[in-house]
Amino acid sequence: MSHAATHDDHHDHGPEKGIMRWIKTTNHKDLGTLYLWFSMIMFFIGGLMSLVIRAELFEPGLQFVQPEFFNSMTTMHAIIMIFGGVMPAFVGLANWMVPMMIGCSDLALPRVNNWGFWILPFAFTLMLSTLFMDGGGPAGGWTMYPPLMLQTGDAFPYVIFAIHLMGISSITGAINVIVTILNMRTPQMTLLKMPLFAWAWLITAYLLLAVMPVLAGAVTMLLTDKFFGTSFFTAAGGGDPVMFQHIFWFFGHPEVYILILPAFGVVSTIIPTFARKRLFGYDSMVYAMASIAFLSFIVWAHHMFTVGMPLAGELFFMFATMLIAVPTGVKVFNWIATMWRGSMTFETPMLFALGFVFLFTIGGFSGLMLAIAPVDFQYHDSYFVVAHFHYVLVPGAVFSIIAGIYYWVPKWTGHMYNEKLGQIHFWLSAIFINVTFFPQHFSGLAGMPRRIPDYATQFTDWNMISTVGAFVYFIAQFIWAYNIIANCVLKKGEKATARVWEGAHGLEWTVPSPAPYHTFETPPPLPEDEVQGAHDDDYGVAKPA
Amino acid sequence: MEIRKIGAALAALPAMFSGAAFASPYNISPGVTEITKEVYGLHMLIFWVCCAIGVVVFGAMIYSIFAHRKSVHPKPADFHESIKVEIAWTVIPFVILIAMAIPAAGTLIKMDDTSGSDLTIKVTGYQWKWEYEYLDQDIRFFSTLAAKSNQARQLGSGIDPTTVDNYLLEVDNELVLPVGKKVRLLLTANDVIHAWWVPEVTGKKDAVPGYINKMWVKIDEPGVYRGQCAELCGRDHGFMPIVVRAVPEAEFEAWVASQGGSNEAKIVASVADVAMPDAPVAPAKPAAKPAAAEPVKLAVAGDDLVANGEKLYNNYCAACHQPTGAGMPAANFPALVGSAVVAGDPAVQINQILKGKNAMPGFGYLKDIEIASVISYTRNAWGNDSGVVQPADVAAQR
Amino acid sequence: MSSQSGTYFVPAPTAWPFYLTIGLFILVFGIVEFLNGNGVGPIPVYAGTAISLVFIWTWFRGIINESESGKYSAQVDRTYRWGMAWFIFSEVMFFAAFFGALFYARQLSLPWLGGTDLMTHAVLWEGFENTWPTNGPGALGGEFDTIPPWGVPFLNTLLLLTSGVTLTFAHHGLRDGHSRRNVILWMWATVALGATFLYFQVEEYMEAYGHLNLTLESGIYGSTFFMLTGFHGMHVTLGTLMLAIITFRLMKGHFTPESHFGFEGVAWYWHFVDVVWLGLFLFVYII
Ligand code: HEA
Ligand code: HEA
Ligand code: CUA
Ligand SMILES: [Cu+2]
Repeated sequence: MSHAATHDDHHDHGPEKGIMRWIKTTNHKDLGTLYLWFSMIMFFIGGLMSLVIRAELFEPGLQFVQPEFFNSMTTMHAIIMIFGGVMPAFVGLANWMVPMMIGCSDLALPRVNNWGFWILPFAFTLMLSTLFMDGGGPAGGWTMYPPLMLQTGDAFPYVIFAIHLMGISSITGAINVIVTILNMRTPQMTLLKMPLFAWAWLITAYLLLAVMPVLAGAVTMLLTDKFFGTSFFTAAGGGDPVMFQHIFWFFGHPEVYILILPAFGVVSTIIPTFARKRLFGYDSMVYAMASIAFLSFIVWAHHMFTVGMPLAGELFFMFATMLIAVPTGVKVFNWIATMWRGSMTFETPMLFALGFVFLFTIGGFSGLMLAIAPVDFQYHDSYFVVAHFHYVLVPGAVFSIIAGIYYWVPKWTGHMYNEKLGQIHFWLSAIFINVTFFPQHFSGLAGMPRRIPDYATQFTDWNMISTVGAFVYFIAQFIWAYNIIANCVLKKGEKATARVWEGAHGLEWTVPSPAPYHTFETPPPLPEDEVQGAHDDDYGVAKPA
Repeated sequence: MEIRKIGAALAALPAMFSGAAFASPYNISPGVTEITKEVYGLHMLIFWVCCAIGVVVFGAMIYSIFAHRKSVHPKPADFHESIKVEIAWTVIPFVILIAMAIPAAGTLIKMDDTSGSDLTIKVTGYQWKWEYEYLDQDIRFFSTLAAKSNQARQLGSGIDPTTVDNYLLEVDNELVLPVGKKVRLLLTANDVIHAWWVPEVTGKKDAVPGYINKMWVKIDEPGVYRGQCAELCGRDHGFMPIVVRAVPEAEFEAWVASQGGSNEAKIVASVADVAMPDAPVAPAKPAAKPAAAEPVKLAVAGDDLVANGEKLYNNYCAACHQPTGAGMPAANFPALVGSAVVAGDPAVQINQILKGKNAMPGFGYLKDIEIASVISYTRNAWGNDSGVVQPADVAAQR
Repeated sequence: MSSQSGTYFVPAPTAWPFYLTIGLFILVFGIVEFLNGNGVGPIPVYAGTAISLVFIWTWFRGIINESESGKYSAQVDRTYRWGMAWFIFSEVMFFAAFFGALFYARQLSLPWLGGTDLMTHAVLWEGFENTWPTNGPGALGGEFDTIPPWGVPFLNTLLLLTSGVTLTFAHHGLRDGHSRRNVILWMWATVALGATFLYFQVEEYMEAYGHLNLTLESGIYGSTFFMLTGFHGMHVTLGTLMLAIITFRLMKGHFTPESHFGFEGVAWYWHFVDVVWLGLFLFVYII
């Protein structure tokens, strides 16, 4: 890969020096790095908020915070984790890996890319500043249902506009990914030879484009209802509070798949590497993700079974929701078939990937239970729901992010991370995430509502266990933080080879580690070995080793 | 999914669950109506289905992890697609799901049919209490968190919740229902969305301002069943419980009569008179609060006000100012005994109760007569003696 | 000083986006504080707007220079096309939210209030009947009249449709290398039509507020009417500006018959605004 290797930071516009480098950079690697650091900070802030929640819920009675503040913790925690943690983390991974995987020099719109990132710190400044305002931060839940949300104090418009800014950021990011993937692939790489991570992101980007503007519309209506006397959500004016829920969840459900599809991509990249065996059923993986994306647009009202929809609606959304289990199942089965009769080793990325498959599936099962409308009348807004979505979000989305970073960081920095610490980090995380969230299934089924700062005494035991788990899990993440900082900042760890992992395939592994500042100056050839999606018959030549 | 059963077993060991308001500490309760029992059945069915699939999926994974690790299986196979298996594991789950969907749909349809009910009750959610209105018996009253829980749950109250029985699940006025009768509930709300949920009696349904949601219950066994508001409705969402007392029909009739008769009920009734039908408020426009639009009523007898006021005081004020009116100087909740505000110009006191002050929230959502009553009470209790306040005076200051 | 490294166009590092963001941040802060009535005054709003505009301007000028100095490969051209196309798609989804609200209210919530949901009607809204236009059972904002579709709105429809045609003439003229003068004339015609549309739109709003008592407060009708037409109006304003800019570029001799994506991008946007209007005219004014 000489054309890439000879090219390094001495190039006419390699990175500038100092802070201006980061402000002015249009380079996908720099921006990827920024995105990831930003999301890591957000993860910890959101994590701290969750600890406030857990601490207050350790035992019945109010010990630390007033109910209103508790509610704003819950609300902020969610918004920060989703819009500040998971989404930017995945955009960061896309920034780093998509151009390397499809063989081009950078994203298609580098300046827009820079813009998309720099909006975020400002947006979250607006969001977090509300904690210090009179009336406190937003306390209506991340779902922002009116009329309650309209009772928010000075924080209200800050939150609305912060969300608008995040929306702009996501949309620019999505456009960038789509354009890059459709337009900058190295010529030999047909769509069905693309790495699955690129596929996952392509589909995710379409979801983002389709629903982010809808969220913007929804919050705009909230804004005008509060300040300009419109009555979208007021019965007296002919509106309906429930209308907001429909618009919000039309965004909200696809959003949750926006949070998981890139995770599918990461896991589908890692498992074959460490199983030393090609991904099973590549095509069906692509089709499965496409159908999940499609279905995600017609199931939104499963969040609203209890609002009093007409019977027909309840039935339709119940059936549609249950259907999603099928394509998702196909993915799970394909992953297992990939492992099957492979030759597996269990480095940290693989451990997190396997943890993902186990625990995401459990979260999926509880999701399926929630889909049964008549039973959801019991589950809804109870801790059972909280357990469900944390299983899909934390050991789901977050684990895959961690796995991806462990997997690719040697390529980024040229150093291996500390494997021993990695293993410890995994086991602590995997154990205590379950200690945290498994008991919430029980307290939920036993009847504990969500979004309450204080609870009846019979829920005490589960909550104590859950709180302990949360604290240990949180502390365990500092092992990770240290491991990453040691690798990226202190440049510890032995040098990484270009291939890094014995079983790794893909263009990103054909360039040296660390990868050159502009990876591919000219479209690289595509050796069959490096193709994730190729079938035996695609080339006359030999099968991959 | 084995973990579930183990966890369940663990949970079962210590039977330390006080006031067993919920049948099981780790599972939904079968409840006391035909529907809740069916729902429980569905819940267990889907749960076991998931367990079964889980065993297969996780079994295969764990086996592979051990059998196909590099040390024992150094040479990876290289199959990587098979249309047949793909079809198989698309179709099989699909079939399982259909099998699940059918009984679920059946139950859903049953729940939906509220026709032929013997008795209709309108349930209105307020921040943060419930109002019950027996449309046929014209009985109407509010149901709020019991004073004792309300005291204990204050930040730094120093009261140990475990010493309060049915902590957070006790109310001042229970919803009394006859067993064996089909009761139709009409749910709505006055300010924000709430949700009415008593796990053993029925699943939850939202109470949406400006709209009515219907649901029905037919309770088989007499008893007291507890639940809570299940839709985030602001500061005290966690503190608006629901208590249903199901009694044999005769007892129910007696209760209805007593409500018709007792003195306390007269006031409740007179509260009902002054209250206009709860037009839902346009939230963004507080001016539209129903209380504001309330027609000013002819004067109410002072004694009635004071009598009614005591109950209200214990619900809304006693938590901080104490039943004795002594307050909690430590947590700087001022005493009302001999308080300057209480002794002084009524206007000041009315205003403070409407708008709130410092730690004290505003009570603007109470009706004029309620505020008048509670003020009159404070002005005449514990040796205070500074006259009564009329609903009109309150209305004047809205 | 961006360069064509290898076969890919890679722009130089730049702080335009960062400064633009600062502008937006100040602007948003200004608006928010105004809404909260904290008396911060209009300065942040003006400052924010100014800064944003300056850097949008610089940014685009940068792109234009790059394009005019032939830095762009066919690939970059494709990139901009895809980019613009998908941006417009996201705009469509934004309008979809508001159309959705309109349909939901008319198809579901109003009928429920009006009696198809018996209890809601009988217990809470006795005597309200579901008609359109309506300001709801609470008659919020009081009696009002609506804008008849076949007057100004119809005229506006014609204006926009014609503007679509004139724009296409201009485009073909440019593509087939006809005389610049005609192309530019057609463009000015388009701009003029857009501006006239806006003029009438403003007239219409003044009529609504001044005489018909049709305002944002007029219940669900007022809400949907003004939000839909309002956001559309904003897009027309933006579109007209962009058309004007393109025209100036034509006068400066930019664009060639082969490569004129700047032109086409704006043209697409204008057609999109046009189509949205047809939707509005049908669902907001006529039906
Ligand atoms: C990453 C995010 C994510 C993902 C992937 C999912 C996945 C799913 N979710 Fe989840 N969900 C959330 C995030 C997510 N959810 C969040 C955040 C909320 C709460 C929002 C709020 O109120 O705050 C929520 C709430 C929520 C509800 C509303 C609950 C309520 O409020 O009452 C429902 C109801 O249907 C639901 C269902 C599902 C289903 C059916 C899936 C399916 O996609 C799961 C499919 C996967 C499997 C089923 C497992 C693997 C499959 C097999 C092994 C094949 C064989 C299996 C069978 C045939 C059973 N979810
Ligand atoms: C992705 C989303 C996400 C994540 C990660 C989490 C993480 C956690 N959540 Fe979250 N939570 C939500 C989304 C999330 N939550 C949502 C949507 C709600 C509903 C809000 C509402 O009701 O409105 C909610 C609500 C919620 C509740 C219910 C509150 C209530 O109903 O009142 C509770 C209670 O225990 C809780 C606890 C926790 C805990 C202990 C964690 C712990 O996992 C926290 C510890 C995690 C970390 C410290 C981050 C670790 C990750 C890293 C360190 C990776 C670093 C990354 C890079 C380097 C790129 N959450
Ligand atoms: Cu009422 Cu929550
Ligand atoms: Cu969903």
